[in-house]
Amino acid sequence: MQIQPILAALRKHRLATILITLEIALACAVLCNACFLIVNRVQQTQVVSGVDENALAALKLTGYDPTRGVDLNARVLDGLAKLPGVQSISAINQVPFGDHAGTAGITTDPDGKHFGGVVDFFVGGPGSFKALGVQVVAGRVPQPGDYQPVDFFVPDDSAVWVTRALAEHLWPGADPLGKEFWTGKFHFRVAGVLAHLARPYGGEGGPSTIEWSVYVPAQPGAQLAAVYLLRADPAQLPRVLRDARGAMATIAPDAVLDSKASQTIGTLRENYFRQDRVMAGILVGVITALLLVTALGIVGLASFWVQQRRRQIGIRRALGATRGDILRYFQTENFLIVTFGIVLGMLLAFALNLALMTHYELPRLPLYYLPIGALLLWALGQLAVLGPALRAAAVPPVVATRSV
Amino acid sequence: MFGYYLDLALRSLKRNKALTVLMVLAIALGIGASMTTLTVLHVLSGDPLPGKSGQLYYPQIDPQDIRGMDPSKEPPEQVTLIDGLNLLRAGRADHQALMSGGSVPVQPEQSSLDPFYVEARYTTADFFAMFDAPFLYGHGWTAADGEAKAREVVIARSLNDKLFGGANSVGRTLRMAGTSFRVVGVLDSWQPNPHFYDLNTGSYAYGEQVFLPLQTMLELRLDRNGSSDCWGNGGGGVGNILPSNDCVWLQFWVQLDSPAKAAAYKEFLVHYSQDQKALGRFQRAPNVRLRNVMQWLDYQMVVPDDVRLQTALAFGFLLVCLVNTVGLMLAKFMRRAAELGVRRALGASRRALFAQLLIESGVIGLVGGIGGLLLAMFGLWLVRQRPSAYAALAHLDLSMLFTTFVLALCATLLAGLLPAWRACQVTPALQLKSN
Repeated sequence: MQIQPILAALRKHRLATILITLEIALACAVLCNACFLIVNRVQQTQVVSGVDENALAALKLTGYDPTRGVDLNARVLDGLAKLPGVQSISAINQVPFGDHAGTAGITTDPDGKHFGGVVDFFVGGPGSFKALGVQVVAGRVPQPGDYQPVDFFVPDDSAVWVTRALAEHLWPGADPLGKEFWTGKFHFRVAGVLAHLARPYGGEGGPSTIEWSVYVPAQPGAQLAAVYLLRADPAQLPRVLRDARGAMATIAPDAVLDSKASQTIGTLRENYFRQDRVMAGILVGVITALLLVTALGIVGLASFWVQQRRRQIGIRRALGATRGDILRYFQTENFLIVTFGIVLGMLLAFALNLALMTHYELPRLPLYYLPIGALLLWALGQLAVLGPALRAAAVPPVVATRSV
Repeated sequence: MFGYYLDLALRSLKRNKALTVLMVLAIALGIGASMTTLTVLHVLSGDPLPGKSGQLYYPQIDPQDIRGMDPSKEPPEQVTLIDGLNLLRAGRADHQALMSGGSVPVQPEQSSLDPFYVEARYTTADFFAMFDAPFLYGHGWTAADGEAKAREVVIARSLNDKLFGGANSVGRTLRMAGTSFRVVGVLDSWQPNPHFYDLNTGSYAYGEQVFLPLQTMLELRLDRNGSSDCWGNGGGGVGNILPSNDCVWLQFWVQLDSPAKAAAYKEFLVHYSQDQKALGRFQRAPNVRLRNVMQWLDYQMVVPDDVRLQTALAFGFLLVCLVNTVGLMLAKFMRRAAELGVRRALGASRRALFAQLLIESGVIGLVGGIGGLLLAMFGLWLVRQRPSAYAALAHLDLSMLFTTFVLALCATLLAGLLPAWRACQVTPALQLKSN
């Protein structure tokens, strides 16, 4: 197939060619960036929490008399442990994807000069460490003696477990075991390193801080009450949670169950990422509509060209061109136009990406999106032109002898 | 002439149904998508108190210690209790109110109702007058009552309906957090969107059920919600423990009726900061801000990023649809070269042809606009099904309805310009000959 005559013909239809090229280019730019946004959103929802999500649920009470926290803990821990199916029940201040309760800035020196960032403290009572199912990659697991009473917020001086991500941030390259850090008067010494533990509300400093978590063993008490971590067999968890929620009315009639926060970790996770899933869905919708409109535009213009060139097609057929030749002519023509559009579109895609980067927290568009976008548009173009091209191929040679 | 062109346009559009449908569809999809997102953006970036918001200001001062000081940095977004009370008692503005949010347990007298939690606003007396909160019954408490830590409460209409069956409950007793409060007022339905005076509660679709004097809350140590930012050895702010003096956790709003007063107030804030520094309370050089409601909302970037992104995307989509329409119109107009040639030969001027073709694109725009409107209504219905707090607010108002048609018409007329101009370039003789 010779390209020269096709280009010559396109020069005759400069305006229409430019329009389709422009349309393809715009579609290419929006397509690449929208796909990139979708992948970004989906990646965000794939956060590893580091805990056994499908076996855990949280229970949260409010409205109790704060001076009677010890009594409340005793009743709840005792009462729920007796429920059939409960593998463990423990006090904790917060759970991944739940309400956050222990966020504070830390320093790596006692004078508070070297700021280490804002981290989340998971303050958990006996049993909570095992129940969470966090993976220890270095150091030991908490011993009964590590669980100390809390006067305010956290124990004054405690052995803690930090995530690998936080350790790498605070002491890059060094062995974190035995390292110390402070928040106000509270002192912490690292006794172990956890593979993963996501903080309840993600990181305020962006996605890289989502695992800046510290596990602090502590004794349940007035300052560590009213939020409980329930562990059960994953298959039975919904039923056990339902029973536990129901049992609270008799175990703790003086408190109000916070039903939004008293869910399985799986449900909390789903609610937490709902917004992102909706946004991804909207983006998919935009892409579909965009491709549809682009395809319809190609069909419309190609049909017009076929009709306009009926006589020429007839002449070519009379001079010996086969149906295949005509079909290939229109397909090649479309391929050329789409290619022009893609070249222009790639530049636009990068420009759009730069604009998005300045307004939103978004990384640079990876290069491999461009060939994928190009393939998709080529396929779309070929598909859209097929109908009109087939109609063109069906033009009989006899048309050449008629004057329209 | 207009009627005749309209008739011609309709005939031409009918002749080529597939192409017409394609164009209308493209316009409708583009307009529908952009109007949906634009409406959401419009609702979310709206003025919470039209007519009043220009006079309401949010003073910011910088009480933090010297560590990490950077003069280019913004002062904290809230005030400490001491500064709040100082500014309140200075009384330099036309109205001023110091406030914070929280939740309190309500213990109804009726045995049929279980105790439940309601959202509460702890504030000083000027709140109602300053924010134009409409009273259904009664009125707010006085500043003197507030200082006296009166057990008085203003409740929202919905709570009044729930507890008192909608009757005038002024003077009745409401038990909350183990204390008896006297109802002094019932607010009519009132929910400014965004919830500008305290954005910690979530920006949209948030309304308090009870309003209590701040001083009463301080005495009773009622539960507080919201953010507290501390420095140095500041702490607290968990449950019923008040944040310490090194924490900002209250919102302070003032009403200043003229720009001159606002300038004077800003001056006052600088003096106040200097005084506090001289007293040794403040360590930093004065760093003050005084934003009005809309500036404050802008600074806080209350409109979610996602919404802006969606709007940008939708307009990108509209652009693609328009380019598409330009191409299709070009095809359509060029196909009628012969007809246009005849009209030219019979004496129609280029301008007349141009007008005729533009009217044709206008018709497409109008029909596309109607389609777009239907799609936008459907789109907004979809938005309302979403879980976000602002979802329920997404409704098309009259100005947006108007914008839809203007946008659709302008967009298609713009799209029609190039094809119409191109089609007018036909040489009549050539067209007549080839036929």
